[in-house]
Amino acid sequence: MTDWLGPEEWAAVALSLKVAFWATLGALGPGIFVAYALARWSFPGKQLVNGLVHLPLILPPVATGYLLLMAFGTQGGFGSFLKELGIVFAFRWTGAALAAAVMAFPLLVRAVRLSIEAVDPKLEQAASTLGASRIWVFLTVTMPLILPGILAGAVLAFAKAMGEFGATITFVSNIPGQTRTLPSAIYSFLQVPGGETAALRLVMVSVFVAMAALLLSEFIGRYLARRVGGE
Amino acid sequence: MSLFVKVKQKVEGFDLDVDFEAPTGATVLFGASGSGKTTLINAVAGLSRGSVGRVAVDDWVLQDSAAGIWLPPHKRRLGYVFQEGRLFPHMSVKQNLAYGQRFAPKDGAVSELDKVVHMLGIEPLLGRRPGMLSGGEKQRVAIGRALLARPRLILADEPLAALDEARKAEIMPYFERLRDEADVPILYVSHSMGEVARLATTVVALERGRVSRVGPAAEVLGDPGFTPAGVRAVGAVLEARVVAHHEDGLSELDAGGNPLFLPRISQRIGTLMRVRIAAHDVILSREEPKGLSALNMMAGEIDAVRAGDGPGAIVSVKTNAGPVLARVTRRSADALGLVPGVKCYAVVKTVSIAPEDVGGR
Repeated sequence: MTDWLGPEEWAAVALSLKVAFWATLGALGPGIFVAYALARWSFPGKQLVNGLVHLPLILPPVATGYLLLMAFGTQGGFGSFLKELGIVFAFRWTGAALAAAVMAFPLLVRAVRLSIEAVDPKLEQAASTLGASRIWVFLTVTMPLILPGILAGAVLAFAKAMGEFGATITFVSNIPGQTRTLPSAIYSFLQVPGGETAALRLVMVSVFVAMAALLLSEFIGRYLARRVGGE
Repeated sequence: MSLFVKVKQKVEGFDLDVDFEAPTGATVLFGASGSGKTTLINAVAGLSRGSVGRVAVDDWVLQDSAAGIWLPPHKRRLGYVFQEGRLFPHMSVKQNLAYGQRFAPKDGAVSELDKVVHMLGIEPLLGRRPGMLSGGEKQRVAIGRALLARPRLILADEPLAALDEARKAEIMPYFERLRDEADVPILYVSHSMGEVARLATTVVALERGRVSRVGPAAEVLGDPGFTPAGVRAVGAVLEARVVAHHEDGLSELDAGGNPLFLPRISQRIGTLMRVRIAAHDVILSREEPKGLSALNMMAGEIDAVRAGDGPGAIVSVKTNAGPVLARVTRRSADALGLVPGVKCYAVVKTVSIAPEDVGGR
């Protein structure tokens, strides 16, 4: 595969996979927590949280990228604080992962929230009468039942992270080997004469990765549904 | 073991205010839908917050607002059997059964699962998933799951309501066994007089969120004034001991010295049974009846007569076997002069006593 893709192209693909992987993984925990809170709890400011979570879905990605730059840039509020701790996001691959995670977050939360709402709270009540504390109820009843939803959300988030362009390029720019993800690379190749074939190869890689992710999630989803559906 | 329940709760305009105490055995919360039965049992379970009062099993306090105690459901040591079973769909029957075990205190008793599985006859189901079980099987597993949590209080919210008659008859004996064998109080919600008659040690009748009647089952059910489910559902409960199984398909029981013939039952000789006699199946006679096809006759004295709004009246006859209720027309009551103090005979056809009217003690 490395022969087929040039080193620069290969670097973009590898970076995108890395970014999407960590973005998805990082978004998963907070995503499930927020989805659970939105589905099951009532608290003041719930609509505000809901709005904030969905903001990246509605806002122009470039605007989100700019907000991230202001917050997490080395001059930004969070950024300068995190820099003290040795964590830098701006113009690093970690920043690309952060941008992808933020952009993918609402998709993940939506999918997980829907699946939590589909779980009958009566089952959770039954578990609590049998002696399970809240955490145990979540781990042994809610979580296994929403696994298909988590998986669907994760695949969506991964695909979104792979394709994220606007926020990423605004926040961490387009540095080869550092922040030049697959979409940025396609864009860059299209800017130079004779770059079309390289761009096309990367497009094919995108199609392949997307299809593989979809098929995998379909397969695992069916397996899980069969387990839950009971036989 | 006594169960103390004193609960006040306001939910969505509904006002629950109950206070009762029940001895060991099964306490049946009885009432029409909307009377607050489920609200009350969920308050006892701790599933609904906002109830004020005190709930305790002996000195095990589940909540006491005066003392600032409120245990969450998972610390209440409950075994709750729900109407719809509520088995976990992603676990096998065996995993469902074992679910409560891991949270229960572990003091030996490794064979407990086997024992419960055997008692409920669910060995063949262990490897299956709840999705593949029939309604009756699901409820048996739900009972087993509740028992294996080693509860100090068993709760059941209309566990038979979703089942057909045959399945009800299959599950009922398990609750009777629990009442008689387990050393744990049972709080059982029902709107069926038949279930109350078979299961209740104590009856707590609810009406619009208030206790309208509380007392031992025989006493409450033998009261002609107790008609919460309508006069058609009235019937007294007698205790009787199996004395013989006859060759012609009848079983003979002894109810306070009166022979009582029933269609053949399977219980062994010497077993103490409860027999519900529906009031509309009882005929009253001032003189000892002769030449009647009915086999069961009990002499007694009229205790009370309660005329209803319609053409009927309910007459309570005190016999050696306990109070028997008869539903007759007011016209007959007047014609025969059925008033308190009058001696008469209560006549019951053998075949009118259905199998579901006969239960363990």
